[in-house]
This record gives sequence, C-alpha cells and structure tokens, in this order.
Amino acid sequence: MEQTAYNFKEVMSKPERLAPGHRMCAGCGGTITVRTVLRALEEGDKAVIGNATGCLEVSSFMYPYTAYEDSYIHNAFENAGATLSGVETAYRVLKKRGKIKDNFKFITFGGDGGTYDIGFQSLSGAMERGHDMVYVCYDNGAYMNTGTQRSSATPQYADTTTTPAGKVSAGKVQVRKDLAAIIAEHHVPYVGQSTFTSNFKDLYTKAQKAIYTPGAAFLNVLSPCPRGWGYEPSEMMNICKMAMETCYWPLFEVVEGKWILNYEPKNKMPIEEFLKPQRRFRHLFKKENEELIGKFQEEIDRRWEELRNKCN
Amino acid sequence: MAIRERLSGNEAVAYAIKQVNPDVMPAFPITPSTEIPQYVANYIANGEIDTEFIHVESEHSAMSATIGASAAGARAITATSSCGMALMWEELYVAASNRLPIVLALVNRALSGPININADHSDSMGARDTGWIQIYAESNQEVYDNFIQAFPIAEDRRVHLPVMVCQDGFITSHGVENILLVEDDKVKGFVGEYQPEHYLLHPEEKMALGPYAVSNYYMETKRAQRQAMIQAREVILETAARFEEMTGRKYGFFEEYCMEDAEYAVVIIGSAAGTCKAAIDEIRNTTGAKVGLIKIRVFRPFPEEEIAKALSGVKAVAIMDRSEMFSATSGPLGAEVRAALYQAHSSVEAVNYFYGLGGRDITVSDFKTVYGNLETIAQTHVVTGMYEYIGLRSEQSKEV
Repeated sequence: MEQTAYNFKEVMSKPERLAPGHRMCAGCGGTITVRTVLRALEEGDKAVIGNATGCLEVSSFMYPYTAYEDSYIHNAFENAGATLSGVETAYRVLKKRGKIKDNFKFITFGGDGGTYDIGFQSLSGAMERGHDMVYVCYDNGAYMNTGTQRSSATPQYADTTTTPAGKVSAGKVQVRKDLAAIIAEHHVPYVGQSTFTSNFKDLYTKAQKAIYTPGAAFLNVLSPCPRGWGYEPSEMMNICKMAMETCYWPLFEVVEGKWILNYEPKNKMPIEEFLKPQRRFRHLFKKENEELIGKFQEEIDRRWEELRNKCN
Repeated sequence: MAIRERLSGNEAVAYAIKQVNPDVMPAFPITPSTEIPQYVANYIANGEIDTEFIHVESEHSAMSATIGASAAGARAITATSSCGMALMWEELYVAASNRLPIVLALVNRALSGPININADHSDSMGARDTGWIQIYAESNQEVYDNFIQAFPIAEDRRVHLPVMVCQDGFITSHGVENILLVEDDKVKGFVGEYQPEHYLLHPEEKMALGPYAVSNYYMETKRAQRQAMIQAREVILETAARFEEMTGRKYGFFEEYCMEDAEYAVVIIGSAAGTCKAAIDEIRNTTGAKVGLIKIRVFRPFPEEEIAKALSGVKAVAIMDRSEMFSATSGPLGAEVRAALYQAHSSVEAVNYFYGLGGRDITVSDFKTVYGNLETIAQTHVVTGMYEYIGLRSEQSKEV
C-alpha cells in the first residue's frame, strides 16, 4: 500500500467506525486506540472487528446496541486470536468457492489481560498460523474491567488491587512481559509498538501497515487508563509523551524480521517523569522507597540498550 | 447403489466429512478422535476436498475458531474427545447461545482423572446442559448416518443449534465393521448447499455477535434456545424420514428392540446396545423371558414423553449409565428416564446401573444378570439401593 504524507486534519475527518454513544470512560486510552486503528482502514474496505472480553467489549456492544459500523464478533476473554482466525479462514474459503465477492479486513482488539495473559496461547496460535489479520492490544497495564488487577503487562512496583502497595509491599514484584518482542519472535511480517504521539501519526501509520501487510500483524499500543493509573484525563498526552521520552515505552517496528527504532529521545528523561503523575506509583516517592526508582531506571536502561542493539 | 465398505467409526465420520466437503474444520489431536482430522487432512492434501483446515493450538481454540468461521457464514465442523471437549466447555455454551449450526464429531472417552483413554460418556453427559443437540450411535453405520443428518438438523431455521454426533471411543471409533455408504451426490443433495441467513461476511448487511446482555435481555435468549430445542424434535424426525427415503434405514429418537411384548427393559446409550441385543436374543431363545431394549439415539432434546410411552407396558426397567454425575442418587440417563416415568404417572419399577466407566467391558452375561434382576424386582417390588455398579471389582459392586 502506498504511504501518503500524514495529514492530521484529513485523517481526523474520516468517518468514525466506532460510533459515539458507547459507554467507555471519559479519557479512556483504549477507545482512542480503537478509533485511530479503525480510521486507518480505507474508506471502501469492509472489515470484521473482533474483541476479547474486557472494558471495550462490555461498553461498546451492550445489547441491543453496538457502537461498531462494521461487522463485529466478541466470543470470550481468552480467544480473540482463535475466533478471528476462524472468521478470516471462512473468508478465504468462501472467496475461493465464489460465495462472497467483497474484500474484508480483519482486526481484533484485546486489553493486556486478554492478550498478554489469558489470551496469550490463542494469540500465539493465530500469529504462528499466519492468518491475514491484525491483533491490536490496547495495553493499559492491568485488568481494568474488573477493577485494576495486576497482569503480566503491569509495570513493576505498580499499585494494583491485587498487588497493593502496603506496609510490607511496594506493589507488583515482577517486571512486565515484553509481548511485542515475543510476537516478533513468531516471525510474522509486521509488529509495531506505539502510543499516542505526534498527532497520532505513529499509531495511524503503524495501523495502516499492520492492516495492509498481508499475513499476521500485531500492534501493541500503550493506552493509558485514567482510573487505573490515577491521573487527570487531561494529562494523558503528557503521560504518553513521558512514556516515550523516558524510554519506558519505546516506539518500534519489526518489519519482516527487521527491527526499526522509530523514536530516539535526544535527552532521555529520568523515569520519575513518567511515574510521578500516576497514583499507582505514588508510594515509590516515599523516602524509604527511593532505591526502587533506581531499580526501575536500571530495568528501563537495560531494555533500552537491548532494543537499540536489536535495531542496529 | 449404496457402496459396501469396511470402515472404522472414525473413518466413517471422515468419509462423511469428505462427502459434505465443509468450508472450515479447525481441530486439535486427542485420542481417540485424532484419526478424524488426520483423514480429513489427507483428503485435503490429495485434493479430494478443498475444506480449509485450521491447525489450532488447543481444543479451546478449535471451538473458538469453529465459532468464528460459522459466524462468518461458513459451514464449520470440528472433532474431539474427552478432555478436549472439557477444554471447549465455555465455548460449547457460546456456540449454542449464538445459535451457530456447528457439527461436532465427538468420540466419547472418559474424563480425567485418572487419565484414561477409553470409552465412557462422561464427556458428552457433562455437556448435556450446554444447549447442544446430542445424537448417539451404536455402530459405525449409525455414526455415519447420524453425521450426515446432523447438518440439515443444525441448519434448519427452526433449530439453528449446534449438533454433537457421538460414538464410543475405540469400540466404535476404531472397530472396523461392514458399512453401507451413500453415494456422494446423494449425500450432497441431502445435506444441501449451506445458505446462512445472517453472517459476518454478508454482502448487504452487517452483523454484531456476542453482546453483553444484562438481566433485561439474558433470560429471553435462554427461552429462545429452549424453543429451538423443542422445535428440533420435529426437525430431527423429518430429517430421519428423509434419510430413510434415501437409504431405507430408519431412525427416530430411540430404537426399540423386542419391545412389542417386553416385560423387562433396558434403556441404554451407545455401543453396549449391541451386546444387550445379543443377550436379548439369547434369553428369548432359551428362557423365553420377554426382554427388550430402548437404545437412546437423541439425548438432547430428551424424548421424555416418547420414552415413558415406550416403557408403559413393562414391569421393570434397568437404566444403564456409562458416566457418573455424582449426585449420589443416579446417573444422568437414570435421572432423565425416572423423571419421564414420574411425569407419565408410571408405576414401572426402575433401577439405575453404572457400567463401562473408563472403557470397562460389559458382556452378554452381565446383561443376562440385569434382566434376571429385573424379574426379581418385578416380583418383589423391592429395588435395593439407589444405584448399582456392573463389573466393579471390589465389594462396593454390591449395593451402595
């Protein structure tokens, strides 16, 4: 597909494929991810949208109302990958047998719980089999639909309802799983990691590539959750920016096995800039926890170096 | 002319799949159903059919992908056994409540633990409340015939429910028997071209499937599923009549063997019915006792009134369960048949037996003992114990 210069105004004026009136929270990052990704569909192209159980599903398809302008299927929590692979296979065979003529694209959304954790096997299977589909993880770093329980995407030390910071606990013990890298190791043609920046150009263009690259594609999108992270919704863009500037959430692509770093900050910011505006990290700024921020920084630095090496 | 062959139950199902040439088959290996996807993969590899096979990474994904394919507008099938179906559990409900006409070839095998690969009905009996139609077979011929009939039943607009076509692991699935196969064109004509009404890839309409439905809506969806199950009764019989026209082989909700004058009856499901028939023949030829058999073919929907009617003339009935449900009172078939008798104000004496768990053999002499017990029960009107075991080694084989 030909990549044309990104025109923010033009992109934003494309018809919405996620209609307003859904019940997602004000300032929800997940919803922004969905709208941006769906906007990357060419206007004439039909699509089937899949969805793992989660905030998005229960808020956008509450019987008898759907917010989707396209055909849509929700099955369960752990099987968005397998479900859409069935839809995509049906498309190929019905096309082969001359039963349908239209062109369809296949995009499925899952939160990090449904993607990193319970849906991990189903996702891995779908990617390995190479279905012509895009799996988009809106990663808000916890099980937000059930009330901010820890997932394997939750950053270390985050205060969640199942890893509460307490007198003898500093939040989540483990570091987060690097899912984009794991999916890249499936040797699929396209993997992208993104968040909200530069007038959504990064996410929009990665979504275009993911949708229009034949074969399996995966997008991991940091999608802040104001309720789970504890910040004012108006702060979202700044938090995304700090995620990039601190190298907590690097922007990269893996195209046909080639690792590409999309953004390298001129001056890498200290991790505090990302942590500080969020209630879930508030306990790290207590005097007794000072060294934990240092440990967090070390992990960021280590992973950043690892990524840069891959991208060289 | 029908084609004479010698096939195992798994081969027979795979052959039916070849004749139907469904659109999509996601499947995952598990003993003893593994051969079915293997045969299908071979048909595909040799260009005999152009079904799309999805090599899923689990049975949960097998049913998930089958649901996705069916929702998209494809004729979609899968095959599994035992723990494989247990892993699909959640998805069995999703398939039924989404009203998807999926056909599942189930090769009955005991559920773990301990792990056991042999026949019993704990897998499908555990799934009896999932909203699937369940059709059972005694022989290879029956599982082949049932599998072909499953498509028009599932896809009928009065029904729109998934169908589980069950056969006993190894006994039927791996036992090679003579079989009459229907010609390809006749099977294709019987099953017909799949023409879904609403589906994700519809050229003119969009569809959203799998909503979050709050209390205001959920209950009506369950009532609608029940209605479909009620309507399935007539569709199952219509389909059987049409099948009989084509093949001369007659099917109903159950088969009655020597029931015209029977005083002592067994109610059973699956391959053990063949052993029971041999016992009946022997008894009738020797003592002349009036013994008969009801072999359940359709367990869901349950033919309650019909069974009560069929048992109305007997003095005593033994209901034979090949799976436990640990209610500490009876097995699943026992509970259903007793309920049917109660509703019909029947005074027939009923006893519930467990047999063949994890593939334990049941013999002609076991059935002769059962019929002997029924004669005693009919005379004494004493049913000892709520349920009893056949073939159990320990002292517990006595009454519990």
